[in-house]
Amino acid sequence: MAELNTGDGGGGKGKKVRSKKSNPGVDLTAMVDLAFLLITFFMLTTSLAKKQAMELAMPDKDKKDPQPDSTTKIPEERMMTILIGKDNRILWYMGKFDAPTIPPTEAKFGKDGIRQDLLKNVALGKEYAKREGKPEQGLVVNIKASDAATFKNVVDILDEMAITHPQLYAIGDITLGEIDLLKQTGVY
Amino acid sequence: MAKVKISKKSTRIDMTAMCDVAFLLLSFFIMSATAKQPEPKAVDVPASTVIEKLPEEGVAVITVGEKQVFFTIPRDIRVLTLEKMATLKGTSFTAEEKKKFEGMDGFGVPLSQLKALLKLENAERNTPGLQKGIPYDSVGNQLGDWVQQARYANREWLNERIAAGEENVKFRDLDIAIKGDAKENFTTVQQVIDILQDQKKNKFYLVTNLRGENF
Repeated sequence: MAELNTGDGGGGKGKKVRSKKSNPGVDLTAMVDLAFLLITFFMLTTSLAKKQAMELAMPDKDKKDPQPDSTTKIPEERMMTILIGKDNRILWYMGKFDAPTIPPTEAKFGKDGIRQDLLKNVALGKEYAKREGKPEQGLVVNIKASDAATFKNVVDILDEMAITHPQLYAIGDITLGEIDLLKQTGVY
Repeated sequence: MAKVKISKKSTRIDMTAMCDVAFLLLSFFIMSATAKQPEPKAVDVPASTVIEKLPEEGVAVITVGEKQVFFTIPRDIRVLTLEKMATLKGTSFTAEEKKKFEGMDGFGVPLSQLKALLKLENAERNTPGLQKGIPYDSVGNQLGDWVQQARYANREWLNERIAAGEENVKFRDLDIAIKGDAKENFTTVQQVIDILQDQKKNKFYLVTNLRGENF
């Protein structure tokens, strides 16, 4: 880098030989270069941010009784089912599949899509539970992913659960009727 | 009139402070960071708003990507798990192979190919496409066996430590984390979850990234 030429450049015939005044500072340029190179290297090779972890508890699956119909105890007004289809598309309905209290509706992912529906339904579920005389209960969400859903879709929905706080949520197996429903609406 | 004399200043800058800062940063990065472990399968995990961290130790990680499944056992119980697995499947491993297995982080081969994999060098092992994943279908459910043996090994190891009178050791079941690729079809992850649930392991972690955008 910029360094003043302190040398006398020869010549000076017959002149008095002057002792060269040596520069007292050490050139640190190379050292700084090296240090920054190492910093870059370490920043690239290390993983500073530790991975986040989402805890997921699945309902106990008993092999003797493969389909314990625990959902029957929950009033259908508080039961929401989310079906995940292809291309990040969702279909949701409230109540029973055969006689939904809110018919299947399509929604998008994100805060303007399924989040609004969820928040509405969470409020609805709470209201209903209060009328029933069980104010500590609320909406129950059943998440059903079809074969066309990606892992990201499921994590996104679980994330919505963490944001909107329904009383309970679970991942269930999709039924044939529900796949048909997805096919009819072109989501599967 | 006096001539204005422009003083000739040295163009050299004092780099001492800059050097100090650079090395300070360097030391910080070296001390605060852990080296990125080479993985046989690199997956792009989905993002979530959950800010809980994955526990640092004692977590077995199942990596799922492109329909292949890889398994990482915590280092403390790695050899014990291998021994148990070998006994279960009626094979045996030499002391040298066990040592190599302890140094190997994650793996994704059927048990029959494990010996061949252990013979390779560290760098060769993680060649993309070399390891094809642990079988996890219902016919040869080796993933289920691995998880089960790892949980047994974890229990045995903790019990030994408790029996030896070590303090601050409490019994807890081996934590399992599923690290799935964001684009992976959910059916594959569902299969892995089913395998865990068959062993009455109903609680586990899903590894995610922190979501950056306004969600």
